[in-house]
Amino acid sequence: MRRTIKDTLVIAERNLVRIPRAPELLLAFTVQPIMFVLLFRYVFGGAIKTPGFSYVDFLVPGIIVQTIAFGGFVTALGLNEDLHKGLIDRFRSLPMSRAAVLAGRTCADLVTNALAIMVLVLTGLLIGFSFHAGVVQIIGGFALMLLFGYAFSWVFAFLGMIVSSAEAANSVGFIVLFPLSFISSAFVPVRSMPAVLRAFAQVNPFTLTVDAMRALWLDAPAGNDVWGAFAWTIAIIVVFAPLAVARYRRATGQ
Amino acid sequence: MRRGKRSAAPSDSSGPDLDGAAISVRDLAKSFGKVRALDGVDLDVEAGTVLGLLGPNGAGKTTMVRILATLLKPDGGTARVAGLDAVRDEAALRERIGLAGQYAAVDENLTGLENLTMVGRLYGEPRRVAKGRGNELLERFELLDAANRPAKTYSGGMRRRLDLAAALVANPPVLFLDEPTNGLDPRSRLALWETIEGLVADGTTVLLTTQYLDEADRLAGRIAVIDHGRLLAEGTPDELKDRVGGERLEIQLERAAQAEDAVAALVAMSDEGPPRFNGEVVQVAVRQRSGAIVDAVERLVKAGVGVADIALRRPTLDDVFLALTGHAAEPAEEQPDR
Repeated sequence: MRRTIKDTLVIAERNLVRIPRAPELLLAFTVQPIMFVLLFRYVFGGAIKTPGFSYVDFLVPGIIVQTIAFGGFVTALGLNEDLHKGLIDRFRSLPMSRAAVLAGRTCADLVTNALAIMVLVLTGLLIGFSFHAGVVQIIGGFALMLLFGYAFSWVFAFLGMIVSSAEAANSVGFIVLFPLSFISSAFVPVRSMPAVLRAFAQVNPFTLTVDAMRALWLDAPAGNDVWGAFAWTIAIIVVFAPLAVARYRRATGQ
Repeated sequence: MRRGKRSAAPSDSSGPDLDGAAISVRDLAKSFGKVRALDGVDLDVEAGTVLGLLGPNGAGKTTMVRILATLLKPDGGTARVAGLDAVRDEAALRERIGLAGQYAAVDENLTGLENLTMVGRLYGEPRRVAKGRGNELLERFELLDAANRPAKTYSGGMRRRLDLAAALVANPPVLFLDEPTNGLDPRSRLALWETIEGLVADGTTVLLTTQYLDEADRLAGRIAVIDHGRLLAEGTPDELKDRVGGERLEIQLERAAQAEDAVAALVAMSDEGPPRFNGEVVQVAVRQRSGAIVDAVERLVKAGVGVADIALRRPTLDDVFLALTGHAAEPAEEQPDR
């Protein structure tokens, strides 16, 4: 067990050290979401009615959920690259913990996701967002976001190992996440959608998670959203972590 | 070579003798779906020697290396490396092997030193020790100047050296090199060959797969040729060349159109089948070397065939390879697949 933790940290360090050296990834994490925030706040926001909230308050939790879900792309791209460049073979030929390559990867995502959350919250605060909740709830919101990001890292770890190339990981991931994140309560109230989309949005775990974030940070009425969001997130980990590990064990890197 | 008896064979025939075989493979089998990548292979590599594993693409070379390096589980048979079973003792075996692959498996975004330090730490060394060992290897592979540059700035030859250095971090007694010089320029190849020769001189056992026959000829004390997952021949390079036959007379014609005339003129002096025209030269197998050139030139002049060049040649590993894998019987346009 100690060996697993040590090896996980070595791999996590490796994945973090390389981030500033491949700056395009860093841009994807920071500048791109900021552009989204500004786009929705100043271009679309004026036309969107969000009863009970100012649009900037409504928007920031939604955009953070979206950004964090996409954060796992780093894992998908990185694992896929490692597989095809033979690094996974090297790791598997070493007397290291079998779990450490994936655990190190997803733990590194925790750090980059934390960075992305900070950048977005600061941007939000600069353009008028404010918390309307107690400290415990605010911290709970950060915790939910980190856990949510961690769950999607496992989804992307699995994805990165089943697709043939980094480009494929990119497009498959995008095709799955795009409708999930946009047909949800992240950017507009669900009530404003046509019936079919509304039905989808209401059962979409993204809606649940975004509503939970609004409950935690804006003191919005939550119902069971907060517990539901944690339950969904943990369920994703329970399903995808074993899938990813099983896939890794069989990975051949051909 | 035999099939049929799978798990029945105990490991007694390939016991962990310390100064005997460093690699010992018995009846090894592995299939991917319907494809038999390895179809019952026996192989031994003596400690401190190089075995060159030759074969066309898809012959099973990489599968063999992957099984021996614990990356793949065989379907049948046994494989012992450094006295350990490649399946049952896989965890212990990983401490004793080094693997350098076709794709130069280094992290391009890490520096040379960071790459080696990471590998050392994954062997369980503390960071300081791993770093020291990394520096030592960088010096030995003449990469010290580039130690703090990301590996993506390295040339192909430098990456291969870094990859090999990573395989040597734990000083493994057995080293697997899967096409180590694939895609390298001639000077880098030569430098890597010298490094490998140095390792073997220090007692390392090497299993080398390659598609370059000159590489096998230079590095390998023994050679195994496999195709379709089966061992076709095994022996020293000289033994294999002798098996293919004696010397060959090679005649380059002034005009390729006269190939048939040349073959007809020379058929009487061939010691083994009719002369062959491979698109470039006419080849005649001759057992008696003295007088062969004069004899051949006289016959060709009499037949009115213009000769551009003529030479006696020992069979090369190319000839061995072609003869064993059956491609030699193919039409002339079929060149050996490089």
